[in-house]
Amino acid sequence: MTSTSSHQPRTTALDATHRALGATLTDFAGWDMPLRYGSEREEHQAVRDRAGLFDLSHMGEISVTGRQAGALLDYALVGNLSTLKPGRARYTMICDERGGILDDLIVYRLGSEGYPDYLVVANAANAQVVLDALTERQSGFDAAVRDDRETYALLAVQGPEAAGILKSLTDAELDGLRYYAGLPGTVAGVRTLIARTGYTGEDGFELFVAPEDAPAVWQAVTAAGESVGLVPCGLSCRDTLRLEAGMPLYGHELSTATTPFDAGLGRLVKFEKTTNDGRFVGRDALEAAAARAEATPGRTLVGLIATGRRVPRAGYPVVAAADGTVIGEVTSGAPTPTLGKPVAMAYVDAAYAAPGTEGVAVDIRGNHEPYEVVALPFYKRQR
Amino acid sequence: MSNPENLRYSKEHEWLSAAEDGVSTVGITAHAADALGDVVFVQLPEVGDQVTADDTCGELESTKSVSDLYSPVTGEITEINEDVVNDPSLVNSAPFEGGWLFRVRLEGEPAGLLTADEYAAFASGS
Repeated sequence: MTSTSSHQPRTTALDATHRALGATLTDFAGWDMPLRYGSEREEHQAVRDRAGLFDLSHMGEISVTGRQAGALLDYALVGNLSTLKPGRARYTMICDERGGILDDLIVYRLGSEGYPDYLVVANAANAQVVLDALTERQSGFDAAVRDDRETYALLAVQGPEAAGILKSLTDAELDGLRYYAGLPGTVAGVRTLIARTGYTGEDGFELFVAPEDAPAVWQAVTAAGESVGLVPCGLSCRDTLRLEAGMPLYGHELSTATTPFDAGLGRLVKFEKTTNDGRFVGRDALEAAAARAEATPGRTLVGLIATGRRVPRAGYPVVAAADGTVIGEVTSGAPTPTLGKPVAMAYVDAAYAAPGTEGVAVDIRGNHEPYEVVALPFYKRQR
Repeated sequence: MSNPENLRYSKEHEWLSAAEDGVSTVGITAHAADALGDVVFVQLPEVGDQVTADDTCGELESTKSVSDLYSPVTGEITEINEDVVNDPSLVNSAPFEGGWLFRVRLEGEPAGLLTADEYAAFASGS
């Protein structure tokens, strides 16, 4: 439970705020981050029912600007970013030459009011890898790649009450802000890039602000949310929220050993690109991966729901109940507050991947506990 | 968080009540419950089971992890807390009271346990 790392973890601009709130902190990808403030199950439920406020300042922002910024991203990433309209965002991935996933990303197209043409948001643990890859892939393009990790703190307000809370603090037209869109504005009088994105399965917003403004914005959102039951939320409930929503997490469902097709996210790979004659990093390997996935489906990412109360954890084998043969592996598992049962995401052999497949169990420290195979996600909000 | 003075404590973060008619109650400390986070599943020994001091006798699952439960003493299980089996959150909300785990008929004197003050010093350093 305690970090054995010899070097000091980095702290966010909200560190003093977290400590004052009595947060349990944890070393996450080299950052001292709030794991929870009180009960992580109550924080989880607050986001589902009301609203939660997160510090996500460990996420890595990288700016891409210039005449060929879109063309560079088309070449460096698997998606079509040059066709993204200003003010919109896209979930995409960056792969290596072998088609392995280096990271999953959200890319915003901006280009006004002092914001870069594109803002790439990487996972904390991969930010340097993504920065290095983009910098290397930039060669030959009329575009600049800049490390903007120190430029922004990132707060997220998530949950059904998030829009109402934010409306009282901003001049921005939130009703016109669609899911996966972002616009420059102010929150509590502070210059903010307001994005309607998140990692919880709920409606919500991510707020990019200058680090020195982060504590004031945090306090303003806290005050505005008090009457509707907003609570500060840590990374523990963020993990169970995204798991229920069936969202992959790098290092669990995604890795350099998996291609987007292995992860069931082949739809993110756009082979028809209008730039660079369709060339992009990993293209050949990804075409092969697509063909392979079509011809001989391999292990497939599925949802598993427990019949008992023991919790499956990442790395536990998935087995055939009949004879104990290993047929897969759990990538993420947790007790889920919303369903009231343990659930897991797991890669299982294609023969066992259909929802309702009988005879699937998870080897939980030697005991084969029966599990139900379901389609992801476990939870989908009512719109 | 304060550790009741009338209990004894193990370095595995269990507490043990003073014996009444040779039977003591065992639970985990508030410090341990807080470190685990929300407990969602407890697996306890069964009534009649023999437990041995410092050996595992069950499991506690929280959102993030699973931890072994150690018996602080040697003896025979006389009762388990069915309430905590049905509602594991009692471990978090009332670790020294409604969140007790099991009762054990002691064989011999408990050894190597800490006083409340000794445990507080131990726990603050762990």
